[in-house]
Amino acid sequence: MADTARDPPPEQTDFQELEDGEDLFPEPAAAPESGPASLPAEDVSTNSNGPKQDSLFDDDPEDLFAEATEEVSLDSPERDVLLSDGPSPAITPITPPTSVITPRIGHAHDDMFTHSSFDEIEEEEGGDSFDIHIAVSDPEKVGDGMNAYMAYKVTTKTSLSVFKQGEFSVKRRFSDFLGLHSKLASKYLHVGYIVPPAPEKSIVGMTKVKVGKEDQSSNEFVEKRRSALERYLMRTVKHPVLLKDPDVLQFLESSELPRAVSTQALSSAGLLRMVNKAADAVNKMTIKMNESDAWFEEKQQQFENLDIQLRKLHASVESLVCHRKELSVNTALFAKSAAMLGNSEDHTALSRALSQLAEVEEKIDQLHQDQANADFYLFSELLGDYVRLITAVKGVFDHRMKTWQKWQDSQMLLQKKREAEAKLQFTNKPDKLQQAKDEIKELEGKVQQGERDFEQISKTIRKEVSRFEKERVKDFKSVIIKYLESLVQTQQQLIKYWEAFLPEAKAIS
Amino acid sequence: MMGYLSVSLQPRAVNVDLQTDATLQVDISDALSERDKVKFTVHTKSTLPNFKQSEFSVVRQHEEFIWLHDSFVENEDYAGYIIPPAPPRPDFDASREKLQKLGEGEGSMTKEEFTKMKQELEAEYLAIFKKTVAMHEVFLCRVAAHPVLRKDLNFHVFLEYNQDLSVRGKNKKEKLEDFFKNVVKSADGVLVAGVKDVDDFFEHEKTFLLEYHNRVKDASAKSDRMIRSHKNAADDINRIASFFLKVSELFEKTRVSTLLRWLCFVLFHLIPAQVKVEQLLMTDVSSHLLQKIEARVAADEDLKLADLLKYYLRESQAAKDLLYRRGRALVDYENANKALDKARAKNRDVLQAETSQQLCCHKFEKISESAKQELIDFKTRRVAAFRKNLVELAELELKHAKGNLQLLQSCLSVLKGDT
Repeated sequence: MADTARDPPPEQTDFQELEDGEDLFPEPAAAPESGPASLPAEDVSTNSNGPKQDSLFDDDPEDLFAEATEEVSLDSPERDVLLSDGPSPAITPITPPTSVITPRIGHAHDDMFTHSSFDEIEEEEGGDSFDIHIAVSDPEKVGDGMNAYMAYKVTTKTSLSVFKQGEFSVKRRFSDFLGLHSKLASKYLHVGYIVPPAPEKSIVGMTKVKVGKEDQSSNEFVEKRRSALERYLMRTVKHPVLLKDPDVLQFLESSELPRAVSTQALSSAGLLRMVNKAADAVNKMTIKMNESDAWFEEKQQQFENLDIQLRKLHASVESLVCHRKELSVNTALFAKSAAMLGNSEDHTALSRALSQLAEVEEKIDQLHQDQANADFYLFSELLGDYVRLITAVKGVFDHRMKTWQKWQDSQMLLQKKREAEAKLQFTNKPDKLQQAKDEIKELEGKVQQGERDFEQISKTIRKEVSRFEKERVKDFKSVIIKYLESLVQTQQQLIKYWEAFLPEAKAIS
Repeated sequence: MMGYLSVSLQPRAVNVDLQTDATLQVDISDALSERDKVKFTVHTKSTLPNFKQSEFSVVRQHEEFIWLHDSFVENEDYAGYIIPPAPPRPDFDASREKLQKLGEGEGSMTKEEFTKMKQELEAEYLAIFKKTVAMHEVFLCRVAAHPVLRKDLNFHVFLEYNQDLSVRGKNKKEKLEDFFKNVVKSADGVLVAGVKDVDDFFEHEKTFLLEYHNRVKDASAKSDRMIRSHKNAADDINRIASFFLKVSELFEKTRVSTLLRWLCFVLFHLIPAQVKVEQLLMTDVSSHLLQKIEARVAADEDLKLADLLKYYLRESQAAKDLLYRRGRALVDYENANKALDKARAKNRDVLQAETSQQLCCHKFEKISESAKQELIDFKTRRVAAFRKNLVELAELELKHAKGNLQLLQSCLSVLKGDT
């Protein structure tokens, strides 16, 4: 595993290695999961099923690899194909080991020099299917009055080796989740990892619960929050790097957790966050990045568009939920009215049929309600999650810009220092000259680091984005399937009701 | 925009079960919608000797239908019959307004959005148009089916006279007069209704009709609200499906896009009978699933019920009017009796009182006789119409639900089968 043990080397070296024709990789193997030399695969949770699955999940550029499972040798034509598909000229992909040219290929080629730790993680999990399931349940109100809070039970079921037990649960409150997120964000966002955003705070919602109103809307609020927290945790652990993060592990496993105070909305930390956000926004406007990488430009544009569309879509779905609830209310009213009409009708058979109609309509009203719930919980919440996720993605792109800026700044500083040194050459101040030389050396190191950081974050982002896109497809697909199944149920019920009604209608004479 | 719309009509939507015979058949064979009026082509086929030809057509406008209806109502001879309710005025204002707004906003939306909205609005316009034609036709058919009304001279003129009847709509003064007449009538109606009827049949009918009418009114209003909610939800689904389509276009050729197009397709199809998707390509998932979208057809199920209720709202009002007239005649008769007794007691104007009493008696008995039959017929018609509509409603619902179910199940099997 030559590549996996390496630290991220500068690209030049790799290219040379490639040229040398070092045979780093074993023969083409059919079984995708085998092979210790498997290059870090993108998403461990997908089943590798061969080419069929490729065509399912890969984005267009990757379709090229759909047929690649069969036989890939390291002959130049293939390699050229693989190489030329790289979207960025600056980063040339190494031909990955052929055993990995199965489902993950599209992502693998983007994903060259990653953290060594990351590689190890990937290797470990290359073999198992992704086996961790988190459930958030049993919301319980703890305490009274304004200091009350809801405690949720977080149950983890897993077979992964990184956890001490196979099944365990802890009690957490909402601010704990927020605390976890802020820790992860501070560690990973600036290096380019897309950290799933936590559910939003809702002062109004929580106040109702605190005050102790036991009504429909506060129950809905708690349920909404519970479901959101569950999705948040699942998304977080699906990320291979975040899963191994000690904070995440501590969150899931330890029974006591230090209270995260900085997450309070009205705390000084909160205010600081707001100020920082504003500063960031201003900065973003002033940074004019010289985008040399078409991929990034394209992706950024794509995400902008997606953001806009998703927001509109989300608004429409919320409107739909509203209207469906209205429809259910009106159907119930109509049912009652029809029942009254049936009562006053003096033709017995017709009267009976009308009462039946009223019953059918009442049942349909219930169906509408259930459908509205499905609309809401399946779609609306998913869309809301994605809108927030995309904001996180955009944030990651912004961090890349900042990294670039830093690099450019140190480069400019270096330039200045060099000019200053050149001037000093002509004066007779040996110690100043030496000092200048030292500074320059230091700055050169900084520039190199800056460049490396920039490359690093770019690579990470590419990987993250493809992972994100894959996850998105899976997410949407599973939601769409669930939604369709709920629709199927509705139609089946409708058929049942109307079939029962029809003979009554026909019996009117 | 909708300056001109002509529609060729299919068999009429029947809310009444009518037996028409060959001696007199009336229908509306064509209709033309111009700026602010609708011109109906009334087509008659008859073997009756009073008509010059056996088959002929004339063009009539809404006001002429109203004139005909009013002439029935004002005719004392028809006091004992349920006068078929007048067709409601064609009301395209809302639709026209929407079309106008669309025209103004043309610049602000994309071409597809514009075409789609235009199609929807046009289909809505068409649906309203078809409905108003149907209502006018039903009125004429009811008259033609009635054994006495069909012989009415005004009716024959209406059918045959191929010049303009020079009937103008009521002017302000006349409308005001009508309004006051109605107020007086309702007050009187209350008075008359208070008088207990000797005849059990009529007493029962009175109570029944009053309650029935109110409940039909309520059911009609509630069903309208239900339809509006349904339409709102369908509009949302429409918008959502278009967004999915847009988002899917952003990710062309990827699996996401196909998934989303599937969803669009399903959603579009599921909008309850309001949008029909032309072509179904179930096997080839990657091709264009959304083909032409037919102009919106009104939700058949919903409107069936709503139309039925509205129609019987008007009919039950007409039946109530009949009972009112009879009640009025009864009161007059009883008053005439009292007057006669008084005259006899005073031995003054006896002859006059006697004649007047006889007139009232005659009038009352005539009305009672025909009213009984009318009310029985009303019940039969009502039961038959409800039966027909309820059966059709259930069958339509089943058809749609089964179709949707099939579609959903195939979608699901394709989606799931991919994993």
